[in-house]
This record gives sequence, structure tokens and C-alpha cells, in this order.
Amino acid sequence: MVSVNNNGHSTALIQVRGLNKTYRRGGEEIQVLQGLNLDVDKGDFVAFMGPSGSGKTTLLNLLGGLDVPTAGTISVAGDEITHMSSGKLTEWRARHVGFVFQMYNLIPVLTAYQNVELPLLLTRLSGTERRQHVEAALSIVGLADRTHHFPRQLSGGQEQRVAIARAIVSDPTFLLCDEPTGDLDRKSADEIMALVTELVDKHAKTVLMVTHDPVVATRAQTVLHLEKGVLVEAGKPRQDVAVGGGA
Amino acid sequence: MKFFQLIKANLFRKKVRLLLTLGSFAVALFLFAFLVVVKEAFSRGVDIAGADRLVVVNRIGLIQVMPISYRDKIAAIPGVKAVTHDHWFGGVYQDEKNFFPQFAIDVENHRLVYPEFIVPDVQWKNFVKDQQGAIAGAQTAKRFGWKVGDRIPVKNSLYGPTKSWEFNLDGIYHTEKSGGDESQFWLQWKYFDENVPSVMKSTAGWYILRLDSPDDAVRVAKTIDETFANSSSETKTETESAFAAGFAKQFGNIEFLILSIGSVVFFTLLLVTGNTMAISVRERTGELAVLKAIGFKDRSVLFFVMAESVAIALVGGLLGLGLAILAIPVVGTALNGLLPNLILSRSALVVGIGFALAVGAASGLLPGIGAMRLRVVNALRRV
Repeated sequence: MVSVNNNGHSTALIQVRGLNKTYRRGGEEIQVLQGLNLDVDKGDFVAFMGPSGSGKTTLLNLLGGLDVPTAGTISVAGDEITHMSSGKLTEWRARHVGFVFQMYNLIPVLTAYQNVELPLLLTRLSGTERRQHVEAALSIVGLADRTHHFPRQLSGGQEQRVAIARAIVSDPTFLLCDEPTGDLDRKSADEIMALVTELVDKHAKTVLMVTHDPVVATRAQTVLHLEKGVLVEAGKPRQDVAVGGGA
Repeated sequence: MKFFQLIKANLFRKKVRLLLTLGSFAVALFLFAFLVVVKEAFSRGVDIAGADRLVVVNRIGLIQVMPISYRDKIAAIPGVKAVTHDHWFGGVYQDEKNFFPQFAIDVENHRLVYPEFIVPDVQWKNFVKDQQGAIAGAQTAKRFGWKVGDRIPVKNSLYGPTKSWEFNLDGIYHTEKSGGDESQFWLQWKYFDENVPSVMKSTAGWYILRLDSPDDAVRVAKTIDETFANSSSETKTETESAFAAGFAKQFGNIEFLILSIGSVVFFTLLLVTGNTMAISVRERTGELAVLKAIGFKDRSVLFFVMAESVAIALVGGLLGLGLAILAIPVVGTALNGLLPNLILSRSALVVGIGFALAVGAASGLLPGIGAMRLRVVNALRRV
């Protein structure tokens, strides 16, 4: 169950308490996030919406251990990540976070198979075990027959499927999706969101997603709005869409 | 090994750039090998010079001769074990381009002073008995296809009108020292002396003496030069290695020249490959950020960049050295003995590979550190 009001103890998988992020640009301080609290349970699918500059991607970067907060704490499965060293944080990301980016961010000189295999190169798995994991991940995203294709030989939707396979291949604790359909047409976007929903429903993955698209957000179990660095509302997607006046 | 595919894929990302960078290394290492070979050729005389040998030359210069009577006086100096003398002959075989060093030698004492030149006893005895006899180094004999028993005409114009001196090849010598000179051609000093104009008769080009002990070198050299001071042919005595070094310096400061060219090559190569690697890393900022985002550590990213750079350097370097191994003997033959033996030694190859690896590592280091310090959030924002 997602909560934005709890500032005390909880048993949630992801616990954010009093999160602040301030950037300094020239002499000016820009407060991007202000005292955020958030609880996300295992198997939750949360969409973050909000206007540009509202702090969605910053929140995602902080949750993924790519950036450090100015104040506040983030705990994931009991690990407090906000005070980890850079090296520890890198190790933590490898074990716990699967990233899906808007622009897919595949390595163009590697095949789909090799791209998906990348996170497993950091593990102690043997070559055979790695192959089994990669084939399973590519099978889940429906690209078992595209293993030896390079990104340039795939459509945008297929590239994003490979990126999702890369994100899930090491079975991370949660997935962070930053505008996963932002560069896709509606049909491809629907297919990708069907896949993400399937990951949550069938494989019990925890997904946190940033999107501008209200239609895409309807796929999430919970939609949270970020405005000027504050989580201002939480609700069921259909209510959210109704509030936003969208589809 | 599990990262091999990733490194290989990145290496072949831009094939033309890869080929050009490999070519830069190959050309640089090819040039490096040539410079080292030329330097070693000039310094080889110094390296293989006997520690217990002194060379006596005319103080005015190497081309001035000294009376043959000096031999007995030098031999009488305490500490001198044996004395021999050489005279430059300076002929050509068939054609002007067929240059090789020819010396009129003192057959009685030559082997006592130069034990490293190996001539079978039978051949040496035939040579001593044969006034028109000659002995050639194995390299020269091979070069002209000579064999023992051949009649060798050598044209000479240094001692009067050009005429052909005929020699019987009685033997072929080898050297026991690695890199030793096997290009010389020896004739008998007596035969030479009988056939030169009267002004050149009873003279020696230089004396070479062997000492009882290298410790006597300074004292003996001083005694010799004092003995012939204020004579018509004053002497300059020095160790064989100093003589060889002085001889090499007649061609200029080869070492400085080679060091200068080598330094320019090194820094040019460093700039070229450093720039190439920097561009290559800059083009992949987003990809490197993704690698770091999914859990590759900073040092892994540094390793990938360095590995690419070092791999290019190693392959390019080996290519250049391989070409040098093939080309140097061809060039050596084409030079017709104008330079001493061109030999690409194993140590030069090792230094060359080390040089390539050092340039590869140095050129990959800065871009690698840049990639290592890349902040994922900033880099992803730029994609």
C-alpha cells in the first residue's frame, strides 16, 4: 500500500522520510524536493506525474541511488542508502535496482542478448547460468527470437523491451522507469505498459514510474502528483485522471 | 574474460578510426625499431670492444699512418701482451656500391690480439702461406656468394692508379661474440706493403695491443704516447671502446639525434591516441553512465577505457615491430654495408612492446579517469 503521509515507522519495502533535495545554480538555491515522505510496499506499481521541473526525475534518481539527498533518508528492504559511499551505492544498485530509461539507452555495439547480459557480468554466475537468465528475460519481454539483433535492427518498442529485459534479468528488488513510453507511438507505448503491468501482476515486481502521459499512468495502481517538490495527492489512477481532466 | 565481448565490441565501434589509430602505432613502432637498430649498429663497436685492448692511432688523425717500427717499441712496454697492426685498404668489389671494410693485417699477431675471430686452423695456415691470400667474414662471403678457393678481384685507387688486386679466398671467419662484425676482408700486410707506393711502405694505419691486465690501460697508454712524443708521428692511445665511440661520433651525435626523433614520435603518438581515446569516451558518455547506473564500478569503467587503449597500442605496436622484423634485413642488404650490421635485437623488441604499452596506458589514462569521474545523473541528462 502506497502512503505519502507516514513519517514514522513502517514495514514498507521502500521508506522515504523527510526527503529534501536542493540544487545550487549560481548564487541561487533551488529546492527541488521538500520534506517528502513515501512508503511503497513490495508489488506496488506507482506512477509519479507532474509538470516539468517538479522533481519527478530527481526523486527517481534519489530512489535509485544515482544521486544523494540534501536531507532525509531512503531505506530499501532495511538498507539505508542515503549514507552509503559511492562504491557501496554502486554495489547496492547492481543488486536492487533495475533501470528503464526513456531513450532505452542500450549499448549500440552489443546485441540484444549482450545488452541484457550486462548486469549479470557483475555477478558470480557462470556463462551457462547467465545464458539461462538472459534467455528467460528475453522470453518474458517477447523477444526470444531477437537475441542476436543489434539495437539498430530493432524498432523503438523492441528496444525498450530489451531495456526492460536488462532491468529484470538480475531480479532486482524494484524497477525504476523514467518515461518508459516517452519516445514511443501509442501502440508501442500500450504494448510496453502491458508488459510492465504483467511484470507487476504475474511476477510481483515493484515498479516506480515517472510519466507525463495520463493514459500511461492509468496502468499504475497508484498515481502520485509532484508539484513544486511536494507530493500533493495520491489516489487511484482513474480518480487521478479525472482530477487531471485527462482521458 | 567475461568483459572481453564488451571491450571488443567497443574497439570495433568505429572501424576506420580503429585502423587509423592502429596505423599510427604501427608506423611509430616501425620507426622506433629502425632508430634503435641504427643506434645499436653505431654503438655495437663500443659494446663488443675488448676491455683489455688499446688502439694506437696517429695523433693528427685516423687517416695518417705511423711507421711500422713502432710495433717493436710498443711490444717492449711492460704490460703489453701482444701487438698487431692494420692498414685500411679501401677497395671495391666489381662495383662502387659493393662497399665492405678491407684491412691489410699482420698475420703473425692478429689472432693473438683478436681471439674472438674464429678461422679454422687449416684455412688460417693456407692464408699465411699464400701471399695473395685473403680471409672474408661470413657475412661478406654470403653477400657476394664467395666460397673458399675463389679468386677475388678488388679494385683500388687509393694507392696509385686504379688497379685490380687479385686475392685467393683462403678462409672465412666467424665471430664468437653476438653481434660481432663478420663483414671484414683481410689481406696480408706484406703483400700490401710490397705493392703500395714508396711513401706508404713500412707503415701501419693503427696498432692494436692486448694488455696483460685491463688495470694497466692508463699507464700503458700514457707510456706509448710519451714514447712517441715529439716524433714525426705522435700517437694517441685509447681503449678500444673509446676508439669505437669516437669513430661512431664522426657521424654526428647519433644517440642525441635518435633520442630527439624518438621523443617527438612518442609525444606525437601520445597526443594522437590520447585525443582519439578522449573523443571515443566523449561519444559514449551516455553508455558509460548507463553502465555505472546498472552497477559497474568506477574502476571497471576506467579498466574498460584503459583496456581498449592498451589493446590498440599492443596490436598496433606488434604490427609495426613485425613489419620492422621483415623490413630491416631488406634495408640492411640494400645499404650494401654503408652502415654496420642492422640487427633488431630481442631486447629492442621487448623495449618496443613496453613503449607501445606505456603510450597506450598513458593515452587511455586521462579519458579513463574522466569516464570514472562521470556523474551518472549529469551524464544521463545530456543523453
